Amino acid sequence: MQISVRVNGKQTSAEVEPRTLLVHFLREQLRLTGVHIGCDTSQCGACSVLLDGKLVKSCTILAVQADEREVLTIEGLAPREGLHPVQEAFQECHALQCGFCTPGMVMAAHALLSRRPNPSEPEIREALRGNRCRCTGYQNIVTAISAAAEKQSKREAQP
Amino acid sequence: MTGTKRGSTGQIGARRKRVEDPRLLTGQGTFVDDIQLPGMLHLDFVRSTHAQARIAAIDTSEAAKCPGVVAVYTAEEIHGFVPLLPGPAELPGLRAPEHHVLANGHVRYVGEAVAAVVAEERYTARDAREAIRVDYEPLPAVTDMERALEADAPLVHEEFGSNLAFELPLGNETAAALEEADVVIQQRMLNQRVIPNTMETRGIVADYRRSDGQITVWLSTQAPHLIRSLLAELLDLPEHRLRVIAPDVGGGFGAKANLYGEEMLAVALAKQLGRPVKWIEERQEHMLATSHGRAQLAHVTLGAARDGTIRALELRILADMGAYPHIMTPLAPLQTAAVMTGCYRIPCARAEIQGVFTNTTAPDPYRGFGRAEAAYYLERAIDLLARRLDLDPIEVRRRNFIQPEEFPYSSPTGYVLESGDYEVCLRRALEKVDIGALRQQQGRLRSEGRYIGIGFASYVYRAGFPSLPKLPRTGFLKGGWESAWLRVDPMGKVTVLTGTSPHGQGLETSLAQIAADELDIDLEDVVVRHGDTASIPHGNGTMGSRSLAVGGSAVLLAAREVRHKALRLAAHHLGVEVDAVRLEAGRAFLPGHPERAISFADLADLSYSFLDLPDGMTPRLEASATFEPHNWNAPFGTHVCVVEVDVQTGEPKLLRYVAVDDCGRAVNPLIVEGQIHGGVAQGLGQALMETVVYDSEGQPLTVSFLEYATPTASDMPTLEVELTETPSPLNPLGARGVGESGTTGAPPALVNAVVDALAPFGVEHLDMPLLPERVWRVLHEAGAVR
Repeated sequence: MQISVRVNGKQTSAEVEPRTLLVHFLREQLRLTGVHIGCDTSQCGACSVLLDGKLVKSCTILAVQADEREVLTIEGLAPREGLHPVQEAFQECHALQCGFCTPGMVMAAHALLSRRPNPSEPEIREALRGNRCRCTGYQNIVTAISAAAEKQSKREAQP
Repeated sequence: MTGTKRGSTGQIGARRKRVEDPRLLTGQGTFVDDIQLPGMLHLDFVRSTHAQARIAAIDTSEAAKCPGVVAVYTAEEIHGFVPLLPGPAELPGLRAPEHHVLANGHVRYVGEAVAAVVAEERYTARDAREAIRVDYEPLPAVTDMERALEADAPLVHEEFGSNLAFELPLGNETAAALEEADVVIQQRMLNQRVIPNTMETRGIVADYRRSDGQITVWLSTQAPHLIRSLLAELLDLPEHRLRVIAPDVGGGFGAKANLYGEEMLAVALAKQLGRPVKWIEERQEHMLATSHGRAQLAHVTLGAARDGTIRALELRILADMGAYPHIMTPLAPLQTAAVMTGCYRIPCARAEIQGVFTNTTAPDPYRGFGRAEAAYYLERAIDLLARRLDLDPIEVRRRNFIQPEEFPYSSPTGYVLESGDYEVCLRRALEKVDIGALRQQQGRLRSEGRYIGIGFASYVYRAGFPSLPKLPRTGFLKGGWESAWLRVDPMGKVTVLTGTSPHGQGLETSLAQIAADELDIDLEDVVVRHGDTASIPHGNGTMGSRSLAVGGSAVLLAAREVRHKALRLAAHHLGVEVDAVRLEAGRAFLPGHPERAISFADLADLSYSFLDLPDGMTPRLEASATFEPHNWNAPFGTHVCVVEVDVQTGEPKLLRYVAVDDCGRAVNPLIVEGQIHGGVAQGLGQALMETVVYDSEGQPLTVSFLEYATPTASDMPTLEVELTETPSPLNPLGARGVGESGTTGAPPALVNAVVDALAPFGVEHLDMPLLPERVWRVLHEAGAVR
């Protein structure tokens, strides 16, 4: 089937099998390999991307369901040079170790801060329930998201 | 301080941001599944659905007809070009079964590979896998170790006549000491089977170039050189034409230090088919076929005097070998025995080990390998002792701690602890939780019907293994040494090669800090390379909390040599004696004469200019160094856990978690704390929720994250971590290991806390995981709830 998807701001047309998962389309056809596969059962969140601004697990969605829609992956989050504030905070707070869950974690954090700019610690922990990490104990991820929230709200407060 | 200088750039001890982060944060990391080669084929496996069965027939005809299928294999087809797997390290009397890559007519655990398909596409391979028909004749199976040792138990390997894999006693005599003890406590304790669950599953890409026989393997591994040696030996490949690359690796935790059948088959098939072969493990396969952890049961006997002085400790250990033990599987209980007396002065200690075959996936190293089990048994036993004697568990620990002046201390099971200061961590932890106020609060709440528990665990383990006597088939670990190569490019930038193979530990940053500190240059001027056998001459990988203390020491020694050479060259250039020159902040100079100086970059450039060198000096600032530790180092610490148990639901809620750990010199405290956070999370995972469950027929019921719970962010408390620094005398950095501290301290701290909370109901012990249901049942039996 022919699909047309806007991915990271760029319109893309492609031929896919109807059963192709969005994650495989992104990884194998578009070579956006920052989107990771960690579980096959939609529990780990390593494949998290934004679909029309909403956080989804791309292993649970068919590529054809993304037709005529907009996808944002980790590759499209940062500006051309440098890092997005959430990515910056992750580095500053040592919120990643092996880095495999990280792209999904960052997308989940970004989605949370988009809808709730100043989340409490329990809200952050709750929002990350769909994203598993085995290295960090989540401690520094939670710290990083709080730090990113603070940084972003300061930035917005400036005239 | 053990001879390390602190450079003016102050790298050692600095909380530097990690240099590996930007690529991982932007999706530019390279994990194995990200590698696509032209003409690459996909490998997939059919796995046993029975815990024990004879294979009557395998019908691959439909699969072979699937479009895009290149080949289908069973044991018969690979016989002749794929050998057996190495099998376990040879211990005296150990019975080693044949371990086939594809089951040879008989399956012995659910998940055992039975057939393999190779296809053009990932999805096609899956289709073909589903089309293979295996006709099983099911046989009785046994997954429980105690049941497996009963006379009428089903046999995992009929040819052995029993399920006992080996028996081994270690330690000295305990009978007399136990006889004379005022009090003896006995407890059966389970250290349940858990699954490592690296977020990146296993995976491999193997490529064979027919023209010159070059084989390149990208593998998610902790030890590329060890794997290369194994592949070369087993598949009879020339080692110099075999290149193993560990690209970015998404966690290991011990489970990726081994060579697995799927991986060996992928390499053999790439050669056989003349095309690249990729295999990426699914999560369910990981839960079934990647090595598990722990899977030990111990009968613990502790004898003590009335004042709490411990006289003797005895462990009767059952260690699960699974159906086909891997190389290191039988070594776990030996590790347990070695450190069973922990940080205490226990004159008599003995372990009676039995290795047991079961119809299960073989356990193998998992963060804490054998030593975490020991700390769990001992720290639980000490709480039982304190309860029996009505003593404060803190005081019982204090009374028995080996004191700083008693080091080196030889334990009855043959382990020599070189140094430590256990009291310092305990004291800090107690201050941090404000133990006096906390206990008052506990008493007050108890009278209101709320049950708070405070649990302590003081641990020590052994890290950074030295070279051990070479046992047959452990030979793949050539030694405890690690090496480093350091070279300065003509513009003064530094490349460090390390034989360690990090997979999340941040060694690209920590090792760069060590080199930058010694050469007194900016961190940005150093890059660390690892994990490629083509560029790294040799290494023993990252495992057993060795990489910083052992690998980092090698980097320090190499940097030190380069520093000396740079000073000699600078002295020659400045026309003075070498002792007159200082190397500091990126330049060499004569103190008091700031104009007589040369920058490090110019010095580097000069070093390539043969005619400018002093007589006898070889060109280039570069050095290699090897560091061999003469003993294991001993990280230690005290963890305190505070929980409240809801007696209506049985749910333990974590209120506080305080960890005070000592890893000697902390090169990058930010990274060290991260190691403790992650280890504690895994330890709490084991204590609270993780367990592999088998039904009566040997079917595992925990095969995805739906049934096998690892902690999520909302399961975790805020972790309060503090470091003390007692330098280790065993290496020039003064470092101790840290990777396994969290998984060692957390399980006993948590269980001790929950048992303490339930003390009013007479609860003395609970086996992990402390799921609400298990806690509720105990409370129900105690009459606390109806």
